Amino acid sequence: MKPKRKRLFIVLIGLLFVSAAVGFSLFALDQELDVFRSPSEIAEKGFPSGKRFRVGGLVEDGSVSSEGIVTTFRVTDGAHALTITYDKILPDLFREGQGIIALGALNAGGTFEAQEVLAKHDENYMPPEVADALKKSGHFKPEGGDS
Amino acid sequence: MHRFANPTRFLRLAAAVLPFSAAVAALCLGAGLVWGLFFAPPDYQQGDTVRIMFIHVPAAMMAMGVYAGMAISSAIALIWRHAIADLIAKASAPIGATFCFICLLTGSLWGKPMWGTWWVWDARLTSMLIMLFIYLGYMALWQAFDDQTKAARAAAILALVGAINLPVIKFSVEWWNTLHQPASLITMDGPKIHSSLLWPLLLMIVGFGAYYLTVLIFRVRAEVHQRRTRMLRMAQADRHAAMQAAE
Repeated sequence: MKPKRKRLFIVLIGLLFVSAAVGFSLFALDQELDVFRSPSEIAEKGFPSGKRFRVGGLVEDGSVSSEGIVTTFRVTDGAHALTITYDKILPDLFREGQGIIALGALNAGGTFEAQEVLAKHDENYMPPEVADALKKSGHFKPEGGDS
Repeated sequence: MHRFANPTRFLRLAAAVLPFSAAVAALCLGAGLVWGLFFAPPDYQQGDTVRIMFIHVPAAMMAMGVYAGMAISSAIALIWRHAIADLIAKASAPIGATFCFICLLTGSLWGKPMWGTWWVWDARLTSMLIMLFIYLGYMALWQAFDDQTKAARAAAILALVGAINLPVIKFSVEWWNTLHQPASLITMDGPKIHSSLLWPLLLMIVGFGAYYLTVLIFRVRAEVHQRRTRMLRMAQADRHAAMQAAE
């Protein structure tokens, strides 16, 4: 084998092994790399109360209510929903139908007490007039989808 | 490809490209910035904050693009012992690292008003930070050897191993739940950005690319001259030693 061929071969084999190692590691870590859990996952697996984690989903329509400084709302992933309470200022993008991520823990009653609420935004960018026109014609895809 | 392993020929080509790349960079960056910051409409959700996109997205694309170029030239240098490929990879690293840093910085500034946090350890943000560290490690490795041939080989191997991070960055937003939203520009269904925001963004991307090419030419040129100087010095020292031995 010519030395060039040999070196090409070594580089390719090396890359193959390293990518396999990285691939297997990421595959094994799987959901550990998720930055948040979905309400369904919590409903199915049952998280212990008092343990801190992040939950994410869409703010359910008509579920937001506030009492003093405490805001109560529900996040949903379509299948399950979880009630969340939060006593700090919500981010600007927080609204019904918006994707959010909350960091906190479940209390004994099964309500998620959030210490931090982050808003997600989707991958669509457009001027307000275009969004309005799309909403009028019924072609507007609301926040979320699978994001 | 091997035609350009000859440094003189490469320098001649670089000198021909330089005025064009510099002009394209200046025009696109100037026009793109004015268009993006003053004339493009605000976003329906994010308002004027969306203008950070015109720096953030090109910086992110170039950070990854420059890394891909660095990995490919490293492979060419490693396998075919191409003299210029080494230098292109070496000269690219600080530029790519700067793009990567700009991407992380503007992302953080964007995250605070929109998401509500400067930083979160989600898969996209973390994999991008890892890329910055690989860039820095690559640059450090070049400095760690006195022998430039050995340095080139070690650095090339690091660049190739680090290339595995590229698909992880790209697909992190699909493989895992992340705070970062999915891709807007390079998707299966085409861009998800309205044309009024897309055009200035594309201008900025072309501008960033041309800027990279311009700076790369300057840096590779400097590397070639440095290498020549070193060889001349060594030859002179050899001659000097030979003369002293003869006396």
